[in-house]
Amino acid sequence: MNNIVDRSGKPFSRRNFLKLSAAAGVVGAGAAMGLPAAGWAATSQPKKGGTLKLGLAGGNTTDSYDPGTWSDTFTFVGFSAVYNTLVEIDVDGRAIPELAESWSYSPDARIWTFKIRPGVEFHNGKTLTAADVLASINHHLRTDSTSAAKTVLSEVQTVRSPDPSTVVIELKAGNADFAYIMADYHLAIMPAQGDGIDWQAGVGTGGYVIKSFEPGVRMVLERNPNYWKPDRAHFDRAELLGITDGAARVNALVTGEVDVINKVDVKTIALLKRNPRLVIEETKGAQHFTFPMLVNSAEFKDNNVRLAMKHSIDREAILDKILRGYGSVGNDHPIQPGNRYFNQALAQRPYDPEKGRFYLRKAGLDNLRIKLHASEAAYTGAVDASVMFKEHARSAGIDIDVVREPADGFWSSVWMRQPLTTSFFYSSLTADRMFSLGYAKAAAWNETYWANERFNRLLTQARGELDDGLRREMYNEMQQLCCDDGGSIIPVFASSVAARSTRVTHGGTTAPFGELDGLRVIERWWQA
Amino acid sequence: MVSIVRLLSQRVALGLLSLLAVSVIIFMAVELLPGDLAQAMLGQAATADTVAAFRAQLGLDQPPVQRFIGWMAGVLQGDFGTSLANQREIGELVSARLGNTLRLAGLAALISVPVALVLGMLAALYRNSWFDRMLNTTALSTVSFPEFFVAYILILFLSVKLDWLPSIANITPEDSFLTVLERSLLPVLTLSLVVIAQMMRMTRAALINLLASPYIEMARLKGVKKSRIIYYHALPNALAPIVTVVALNLAYLVVGVVVVEVVFVYPGLGQLLVDSVAKRDIPVVQACSLIFAVTYIALNTLADVLAIATNPRLMHPRG
Repeated sequence: MNNIVDRSGKPFSRRNFLKLSAAAGVVGAGAAMGLPAAGWAATSQPKKGGTLKLGLAGGNTTDSYDPGTWSDTFTFVGFSAVYNTLVEIDVDGRAIPELAESWSYSPDARIWTFKIRPGVEFHNGKTLTAADVLASINHHLRTDSTSAAKTVLSEVQTVRSPDPSTVVIELKAGNADFAYIMADYHLAIMPAQGDGIDWQAGVGTGGYVIKSFEPGVRMVLERNPNYWKPDRAHFDRAELLGITDGAARVNALVTGEVDVINKVDVKTIALLKRNPRLVIEETKGAQHFTFPMLVNSAEFKDNNVRLAMKHSIDREAILDKILRGYGSVGNDHPIQPGNRYFNQALAQRPYDPEKGRFYLRKAGLDNLRIKLHASEAAYTGAVDASVMFKEHARSAGIDIDVVREPADGFWSSVWMRQPLTTSFFYSSLTADRMFSLGYAKAAAWNETYWANERFNRLLTQARGELDDGLRREMYNEMQQLCCDDGGSIIPVFASSVAARSTRVTHGGTTAPFGELDGLRVIERWWQA
Repeated sequence: MVSIVRLLSQRVALGLLSLLAVSVIIFMAVELLPGDLAQAMLGQAATADTVAAFRAQLGLDQPPVQRFIGWMAGVLQGDFGTSLANQREIGELVSARLGNTLRLAGLAALISVPVALVLGMLAALYRNSWFDRMLNTTALSTVSFPEFFVAYILILFLSVKLDWLPSIANITPEDSFLTVLERSLLPVLTLSLVVIAQMMRMTRAALINLLASPYIEMARLKGVKKSRIIYYHALPNALAPIVTVVALNLAYLVVGVVVVEVVFVYPGLGQLLVDSVAKRDIPVVQACSLIFAVTYIALNTLADVLAIATNPRLMHPRG
């Protein structure tokens, strides 16, 4: 996140540097420059005490303590304060030790050994051991697991614990980025019980203890006096309120009922900025919007048709109208501009209806009629973006019929079934994870059923490649392949926009992914 | 008296039948919606094998008829089961929300019913006066705006501009009654503004109708005071239509306020029902629907009973 309102007074931070250099097109291996491990040392002196009140979109009465079911911001942010994972992602987007004190991997990056941090206690006084870690990972891996993280862990072959302070994870093939996967919020470490974990108790090792949790309504947290991180968890108390309605969230912030809100409607940002007691927090490239075209459908089998579609959308207009500039244009591949493997050399695809028409003719078509199944389930403004696309494509001879679908049931009965729909992805920190989840052949969320042989070979190779230069080359080529052959139109990357009151503050830099400081707002921020 | 007892027993029997019909219809309707709980919970993250595992654990792979009978058997023994989504006891889950909903409806009724009746009487008394016209125009405008608009206007002035009342109804079970009252005053006001108009206009219309009848004219000629004419002569005979419209509005205050709940983040039953439908959590949907159905049936029966009780001709039918 970047501090939009009062950035003028801030020193020239590393993140700003990255941003500027990215804009100038000269960013090098920014995150890979071999920076020293900073740990949790904060840059300025945080104030202790007080209560943090969060008004969050994404709370449901169906929310549960079961980590496998966490699927929206409320549970992500709340439980990230209650539990820890083996690995944490710091504000610069690097994997740093959390409950794993250190880790090492075999030369082929296939066998990963995590040393468990000694002396860490759960809220109930039980000491953390490798058995708890083992059980917590197995919770998602079991054959009868219902976990949303099962796919993320599909590359894991075995998990074992040779001694009480070590966990060894063996993968099916090498993955140099595996540490990032262990930072997934679903992989929260909970106490082992029987042959599973005791997720019902709500007991973790995190900086906050659950005082009450009413799903969809409220979660109240109190500081864990026994927290093992020395310089974290500054608030005495945190209250999370589920506020689904966007206007109600803004009202709650403006009237001081809450200190921080997420998912600010971009239409209201200009008004909020006028209020001197509020600060807008933007996380660049947090997600991207897609129009997946099923490559196995009769309509989009021919790549020429896909290219015709990709040339017939005015990305700048969508960025401007739908996102009000809070984002950046996409180039039909899922790697966000802030990523260290972002392909700088790849030319931005322009809006060129003539070229669209050209590709259409190449496919042997004079014009194309196609239904676009759009739903706000994908993102706010998805239907509007679809109607804009319809207007843009008209001059290329493409007649898009926008079919508005209800949000309810969209993912289960429309998405990945209709040839052309609206969709979105949260951008991943690592190129490997993004490609593996959404673009690899037979991946559960390969939303276009794209199966490019070269791409899939490169994906496996790059995953085990420890030479950064070679890896970069492979990822660059894969971005090119997505762009020129892939099934997804990716018009824009969208920032996630949050707002905070000046009553609370943070270290000046916030995590470059997800939202609310990489979901760690509760343990990282403090009262001003 | 006999007629009331007969009516009541008839209504209770019919009510039970309606409840059965409601639960069958709701169950079928949720079944007809695309997708099930497993898919709705996992959303975009659903994969074939996690969805299958979910269904097996919750028994969603059993045929619908079997699931319905199982649920029915539980309900007849007073066990509403647990939420499919997070295994919470439905009795516990629903009772807290029901308490909130009833409190909101009760407070709104406490304000709106007396205000509507008094204003209705005054309007009838001074009909076609400047006062009556102003009252009618105001009432019609508040009822014409959608309730969320009324809510936002109230928030803008009372909360954002004047800072008198909180913009969201952030209440917890531990709060004292006064705190709860303060925090839920805005939703209560919003709901009152929405329901006052209909009750007031019905009161006015019913009274005006009666005020034109000969026995009122007689009373007036005798020199009875205006207020006495209204209270003693007109109102008792106008009660039936007023009670009916009050009952309908009370039912609305319990079952129809989900929009107000959303705007004020008020944790009521409506929000729970909407969430549960979205996630296809059938046992919770069923429990909420039954409560709503009971509310409607009970309030309508009450209105009928009161209509009979206040009408001597119906109360003591000849022959």
